[in-house]
Amino acid sequence: MNKHLSIFFIIIFLLIGNISFAGDDGKLETNGNENNGYKEVKDCFEKINRGVFAFNQGLDKVVFKPLAKGYRIFPQPIRSGTSNALSNLSTVVTIPNNILQGQIKESGVNSARFLINTTLGVAGIFDVASYFGIKKRDKEDYGQTLGVWGAGPGCYFVLPVLGPTTVRDSLGSVVNLIGGDPWYNVTVLNNTQYFTDSDYYVSRLISGVDFRAKNLESFESLEKSSVDLYASVRSLYLQDRYRKVRNIDKTTETLSDDDWEELDSQ
Amino acid sequence: MKLIKNLIVFLFLLNLNNILYAKDPSKLIIEIVDEAAAVLSSDDPVESKIIKLNSIAESSVDINGIGMYTLGKYRKSISDDQKSKYQKLFKSYFLKSFSSRLVDYTNPKINVVSQKKINDKYTIVNSILEATSKRPQVKIDWRIYTKNPERPLIRDLIVEGLSLARTQKEEFNSIIQNNDGDINVLFKTLEEFLIK
Repeated sequence: MNKHLSIFFIIIFLLIGNISFAGDDGKLETNGNENNGYKEVKDCFEKINRGVFAFNQGLDKVVFKPLAKGYRIFPQPIRSGTSNALSNLSTVVTIPNNILQGQIKESGVNSARFLINTTLGVAGIFDVASYFGIKKRDKEDYGQTLGVWGAGPGCYFVLPVLGPTTVRDSLGSVVNLIGGDPWYNVTVLNNTQYFTDSDYYVSRLISGVDFRAKNLESFESLEKSSVDLYASVRSLYLQDRYRKVRNIDKTTETLSDDDWEELDSQ
Repeated sequence: MKLIKNLIVFLFLLNLNNILYAKDPSKLIIEIVDEAAAVLSSDDPVESKIIKLNSIAESSVDINGIGMYTLGKYRKSISDDQKSKYQKLFKSYFLKSFSSRLVDYTNPKINVVSQKKINDKYTIVNSILEATSKRPQVKIDWRIYTKNPERPLIRDLIVEGLSLARTQKEEFNSIIQNNDGDINVLFKTLEEFLIK
């Protein structure tokens, strides 16, 4: 485990260095123009990305959308319980990231929530912690932690099946696979007598279906009204990640007023 | 001296007038949400609902302002003719996409929770779209343009922290950019969307 951790920190250190300076040689522009704190992210392989996006759209139409519609048939309490259990599982990634980002109070709150919901809440199905007044906090991941540590997002690209990401966020996901996700560790990475590999993959699949089911209408509405769906999804993903990395909740802190300021129509 | 006195009195009255007739941005949102909810929950045919929703949008949204914002850097390089063509196209596009998004909802419940004045031109109104059995609660913030306090106008909707105007701007800019800066391609795309 110590060896894994050492490798993890060395890789992180090297990658942050790469991200920060990759643009210097002109081969990979990771941090684009800065607009009132909002960094424009370069879509380095747009043609390929659009191809992968089209493939994902097809896959969504054939697999995920029908699954999400089927999942909606289950009664609300079952869907809420599933969503709670999955959210509880993701807390094991949030807690180390809280610590890495210096959010000591949040790490304590999330640890307490995890302990209470896993035990009294029957594997996280019931959100007992909220009932006791320990409210849910935002999720954190290793991509966000890298961002908080100063790493730029790097190029935007689209992964088959997994969807939109950036260089930084995909490196964050790699950290999950090399020991950063305790749920992955006890299911896939290490052989334990309690869990199998399929437990992890099934939980990931249900998590994707749960997310898709919650957003069926908004996705449909976006598809209907969009004239370039690829560009819309890219914009929404990057805005969301920007907000999460900065750990900001207030609209007034997230928006650039630059373009609005010069528009006087009254 | 008398002139200064009169000027001060005039300015005071002007300000008092602004205060008296200024419309609270939160009130604007509450009013249009109520109006839209009444239209959506009525038994009117879809076509009639769309006409009524469009009328609400035209009176409460700064469609021209949003249109120019969504052009981004390109708005500085287009001719007056192109600008006027774009504004007409954008208005039709906005109303079509606005009503098609809304008409599927039956009775959305939106509660205004707070508001924050950013400066004289802008106030952000915070609201919550109540959860249903199909989707969780959604946080919606409204960017209200208050340069004319008597007639505040909506300029952006920020859904769970994601700005719809910014998304639209990046969408349009992507189309123009991928066609060597030719704004006519955007016009063509919008025209195609409108006849769909």
